Formats: sequence, C-alpha cells, structure tokens
Amino acid sequence: MIALLVVTAIALIASLIASRQKTLAALKRAAVRFGHILPAFLGMLVLFAVTITLLPAEVVGLLLGRESRSIGVLVASAIGSLTLMPGFIAFPLCGALLEQGVPRMVLAAFSTTLMSVGVLTYPLERQYFGTGVTLVRNAVSLVIALVVAVIMGLVFGELSG
Amino acid sequence: MTGEQKTPKSPRSMLRKVFWVALAAAFGIFVGISFLTGFDTGRKMGTTFGKTTLTMMTLLPCAFVLIGLFDVWVKRETVEKHLGAGSGLRGYFWSVLLAGTTVGGLYIAFPVAYSLHRKGARLGVIFAFIGLSGICRVPMSMFEASFLGAGFTAVRLAVSIPLVVLTSAIMGRILERRGYEVTE
Repeated sequence: MIALLVVTAIALIASLIASRQKTLAALKRAAVRFGHILPAFLGMLVLFAVTITLLPAEVVGLLLGRESRSIGVLVASAIGSLTLMPGFIAFPLCGALLEQGVPRMVLAAFSTTLMSVGVLTYPLERQYFGTGVTLVRNAVSLVIALVVAVIMGLVFGELSG
Repeated sequence: MTGEQKTPKSPRSMLRKVFWVALAAAFGIFVGISFLTGFDTGRKMGTTFGKTTLTMMTLLPCAFVLIGLFDVWVKRETVEKHLGAGSGLRGYFWSVLLAGTTVGGLYIAFPVAYSLHRKGARLGVIFAFIGLSGICRVPMSMFEASFLGAGFTAVRLAVSIPLVVLTSAIMGRILERRGYEVTE
C-alpha cells in the first residue's frame, strides 16, 4: 500500500516536471473515470460489507471443513465465487483448514474462485464489458477453478479413497 | 489520441448509477439505525464498510492517477506493438507479467484492462490480464505459499495460467470476429 503511494507520487512528480499540461490532462481524465465508476464501486463495497458480516471467515471455515470431498469442492467454489476476501484473511484461513485436514482440492477451489470469479464485482465488470461477456468470463473462470481442484487432487493423491 | 471519448449516456446506465447510490443510501440509513438501536449485525456491517472504504479510498485514487498518466504518456503504437493484433504470444507473455505485478483484485484490473484496450491491446490479451491479475499476483502467491506450501501454489499456477491464457485467446478471437466493443 505504501509502495503504491510512493510509486504514484514519483510518477506524478516526474510527469509534472516533464509537462504540466499533460499532467493536468491525466488528472482530469483520472477524475472523470473515477467518478464514472464510483456508484458501482460503492455498491460493491456495500455488498461486501453485508456478505462478510453474514458469512465471516469462521463460518466459511466451518462450511468448508464439514463436507465430503466432491461436495466440498462444489461448496468451496460457490462460497469463493460469492465472497470477496482479502488475501491476508483468506490464506491464513486456508492454512488453518489444511492443518485441520481439509483436502487441498477443496482449498484450491475456494481460493481460485475467490480470486477470479466475482459475483460481487459483477456490477463493476458489467459496466466495462457488458452482461454477456461478464457472464461468460466468470463461468469460464469457475470451470478453470474446478479443473485446478481436480488436478490438485491428482497431484496430492486426494482423489482416491 | 487526446480527448476523452464521450460515452453516450444511456438512460439504463444512469438508472444503474441511481440504483447503486440508492442502495448505498439505504445501507447508510440501516447502519445509522443499527448504531442508534444497538443492532450488532448492522453495526458490524457499518464498521466493515468504513474500514474497506478507507483502504479503497487510498488504493483507488492512486490506481486511477496511474491509469491517467498511462493514458497521457504511453504511445498507442507501443501498446499496439506489444499487446495488439500482431503481438502473437508475446502479448500474452506481457499480460502474465503485468498481472503478476499488479495490485488489488479484479476491481483494479477492469479499469486498467479498459485503458489498455483503448490504446490498442487486443481483447484476448486484456481478458487474460483480468483473469491472471486474480490468480498470479506475485506478492499474493508468495503469501499463499507460506500458508499452503510451495507445492500447492506451484500446481495452482501451473494449471490455471495456461488455461486462463488459452480461454482468453479463444474468447477474444470469437468476440473480435463479432465486432464486440468495450464501453465504459
């Protein structure tokens, strides 16, 4: 986060030195585009606050740990798609679940969908790419996550038994 | 390529904005009432919202300023050459690198991808970038490996990166043939 602030500051100063006019144009464009996306973003933040409160990490942990392998993978990908969770919460949770004996394939389905399938980011994505493309991209990402889970199971010998 | 291309304001996109703002307002009222009446779940939602919004409000302006600078300074020919129609596999190589070093999640990837596309990056490459910025960010992958083991992360990356690139290339090709256009 601090690195990002520093990089932005340096880029901005360098740009100012190179051309004031161009920098102003860049800032204006940034503001216009930021304002354009802000309502959908606000909506996403509201949905995030509601889901993470109703479905906190502990509950996710319980849901992932309880089910059998194949059901577990499906439940995990559903939860992963539905929620948005920052990595610093998600990975320690996955690590704890792994120690409890939750199969890696379940965790793979969860973390991959968490990162690449976005039900909560849907309004944002649709604003840029339209409904059809957004649905297809998310569906494809879901399938990819399931493939990752199956191969994870194969590699770590979790498929048999 | 200067001057922001004005997107036509369709009543539907206006309506959507009004919907999100109204939702946020309703949420604000709900949280306010929760605080007054001591409704715990509502209060938790309020604090979570406040915390994430604070984080986002430093992350997002930075991202958009960088995107703005990119728009102004980077030449269209440069993007076209490396990520455009004739870039072949190299374009996907770049999308892996760009996604690996990006910050934030999908929500940052969308505006960046949009900017790249307007500068001439082809559709397949930007779809790959979006998918990959979810799954192969370097700091995140290292963090993951520390909790789940390097083997786990290696398998996940080895399976998902080629699949994302392949499906994005196919999607991009189909959409380009159909004359699909990205709007903001």
